[in-house]
Amino acid sequence: MRQGWIGLAALVGLALLASLVAPTWGQNRGDSMIVTFKDDISTLDPAIGYDWQNWSIIKSIFDGLMDYEPGTTKLVPHLAESFTVSADGKSYTFKLRRGVKFHNGREVTAADVKYSLERTLNPKTQSPGAGFFGDIAGTKEFADGKAKEVSGIKTADKYTIAFTLSKPNAAFLHILALNFAHVVPKEEVEKTGADFGHKPVGTGAFKVKEWVLGQRLVLARNPDYFVKGRPYLEEIVFQVGVEPNVAFLKLQRGEVDILGDGIPPAEFTKVMNDAKLRALVAVGDQLQTGYVTINTQVKPFTDVRVRRAVNMAIDKQRIIRIINNRAVPAVQVLPPLMPGYDKEYKGYVFDVAQAKKLLAEAGYPSGFSTVLYANNTDPNPRIAQAIQQDLAAIGIKAELKTLAQSTVIEAGGTKGQAPLLWSGGMAWIADYPDPNDFYWPILSCASLSPGTWNWAWYCNQRVEKMVEEADALVQASQAAAREAKYRDIYRAVMQDAPWIPIFHEKRYTMHTVRIGGSPLLFNDPIHIPVHYTEVRVVQ
Amino acid sequence: MGVYAIRRLAQSVVILLGVTVITFALLYALPADPARMIAGRSATADTVARIRSELGLDQPLPVQYARYLARLVRGNLGRSYAQKIEVTDLLRSRLAATFWLMLGGIAFELLIGLPVGMLAALRRRSAMDQSVMVGAFLGVSAPQFVVGLFLLYWLAYRWGLFPLGGYGSPAHLILPAFALGIAGGGWYARVMRSAMLDVIHQDYVRTARAKGLGETRVILKHAMRNALLPVVSMVGLDIGTFMGGVVVVESVFSWPGIGQLAWQAIQIVDIPVIMGVVVVSALAITTGNLLADLAYPLLDPKIRYG
Repeated sequence: MRQGWIGLAALVGLALLASLVAPTWGQNRGDSMIVTFKDDISTLDPAIGYDWQNWSIIKSIFDGLMDYEPGTTKLVPHLAESFTVSADGKSYTFKLRRGVKFHNGREVTAADVKYSLERTLNPKTQSPGAGFFGDIAGTKEFADGKAKEVSGIKTADKYTIAFTLSKPNAAFLHILALNFAHVVPKEEVEKTGADFGHKPVGTGAFKVKEWVLGQRLVLARNPDYFVKGRPYLEEIVFQVGVEPNVAFLKLQRGEVDILGDGIPPAEFTKVMNDAKLRALVAVGDQLQTGYVTINTQVKPFTDVRVRRAVNMAIDKQRIIRIINNRAVPAVQVLPPLMPGYDKEYKGYVFDVAQAKKLLAEAGYPSGFSTVLYANNTDPNPRIAQAIQQDLAAIGIKAELKTLAQSTVIEAGGTKGQAPLLWSGGMAWIADYPDPNDFYWPILSCASLSPGTWNWAWYCNQRVEKMVEEADALVQASQAAAREAKYRDIYRAVMQDAPWIPIFHEKRYTMHTVRIGGSPLLFNDPIHIPVHYTEVRVVQ
Repeated sequence: MGVYAIRRLAQSVVILLGVTVITFALLYALPADPARMIAGRSATADTVARIRSELGLDQPLPVQYARYLARLVRGNLGRSYAQKIEVTDLLRSRLAATFWLMLGGIAFELLIGLPVGMLAALRRRSAMDQSVMVGAFLGVSAPQFVVGLFLLYWLAYRWGLFPLGGYGSPAHLILPAFALGIAGGGWYARVMRSAMLDVIHQDYVRTARAKGLGETRVILKHAMRNALLPVVSMVGLDIGTFMGGVVVVESVFSWPGIGQLAWQAIQIVDIPVIMGVVVVSALAITTGNLLADLAYPLLDPKIRYG
């Protein structure tokens, strides 16, 4: 008996001791902000980092020629002071801002811009972004090792850089705003080699102060940042390995400022029904569409009537209820914030009778059997089940395959394998706010090959031609005409029904009251979860 | 003793090799392509092919394994696909945390399991025995995630006795170690109880009592020492498994251990990291078992290795 009590006493003793030894958690952080993440921060190399978590951290350490007005999708020159575009849309010339310095004190020149892009394009760098720059002349020869430099990138003088494209691309300025085109100093890359992603040196608002793997990354303000008065914060601490449920408790106690992974799903309803907690949540839209891909090469989905029928069979409102109404129903490919979104278009209305009729016309009056792939992390299996039930209502028996994300991606990219695939967990979020980012990587003939994300295996040459025409409208004065063209393009795509658009998820960013700034910053379309350079401590 | 240790060491090397072969083969049998995971969603087929060849993933499996092994014997575990950092650095950054959690976890397992098991054995079939064993059963079967969140919510969030997860001071260690101890302690209690029951009716215990020794002394010195043998092998096993990482407890308590690293690596098919964790766990498990074997003679002079 005594033994047990000794154990218990020891435990209580330790607990009391712990409360004495424990540091004062949180409080009095000055102009510093704490953000939590569950997963480690992977590389901060702008040529390599390509997940939503490191994307905006990299943006606060590096800069590109172009950037966006904070909280919006409006392009503005950034490291560039000004630029000109030729009438045919194939040449771009940029004048660099003078006196911008890397964190090591050296001034940025046009040669650095060229070096950085060629580094991204070099296969040795293994950049996931190399494909974005394929329109610059000479990239293929360079990647194949047949040319020492990219012929389409030229430095006219120390502060002038010019690009020649093989075909016009109206989204080229957006592409230059991607992290993969951010400017890095050659000497630092050569010094640190493969470790550059962990010892990053850029021009950005913050520099890395401390990085303890698996625990935290600390960024400190760059006092020489070229944008006057930015950043506001002295320091940002990223705590990693923090379970979202625990992060949520920490935030309520004021120990951390921002939930990097969002509100834990199990707490969502509670938060939104509690006035005090609800006040800490910024709600906004994001450039995202969740969809089911219909493999246009797999029978019977080769018949467009069948694809339209399944489009009419899905009750999207019910699926949205599964995720606590954290989304709006989708009727088309593009999300509402995207230029080219068609407000008039109604899509395929939920109509079981009509769906059955179409199936019968296609020769399947009693349905057929098929397979639906989905990611195995919550809530995706539940959503896949709802889709399965909706399909059953029109006679289609869909077998569910809920698998690890990497396996689902592999199945989608394998010819003839996944007839239906629910994209949840891998849904498309725009790389840049231009409608062609929802076409080229996922719906184009150009991406119709194994291993890409064209999981519908969709290719319509007529549509492809329309997109090429639209992308040739590069002048600012043609923007409205281009948007109109994109509305036609995506109507034509939906006519072919390679997808069932399901919903556009909203973003819920939870932060403490001490962090403020324009509300737009907490749902910035480019920066997730917040715009680190622009937010500030207000209390 | 020396010969025995050498033989065991040689066995460990063979086991280690076997484990790497099997893991390697399994990883490559996975229907997931690491080159695609690295290349990202916007990559063209060209980019994926270039990355695959940069990583040597286009080589036949035996060639890839031979290359891996050649690097491994030089202590080079390769670079993480995702983090682009040496796997040895990644592992090193997490070994200390894993080690402390292993020690803490085993301490709580013993602290909970041994007294509970002994009490149950001494009061066999009493209400106390039964309730203690039901408690042990609950401890073993309660999901660690739930136990962990429960502890955090009450002891850390509501009562503020402990930090809300994290790493860095002894205070941070107590809750995750305790959560591990609750689960493992149940097993220890059951093993301890049955070992005590075996021992307690042995002749030497009766002799000890007959000599007129006090009951405490009989139990603690004569009976317990022998009953500890199975417990020692369990500790040996736990050293191994805990050093390989305890994913759930580490995740709940934001403990930067090897389990979290492994879990994240598996999600993205980061093969060098997964292999690195496997090598470390295999090493830890063989070492743990070796330590347990070497400890037996200290407890029971009848056991000798020649």
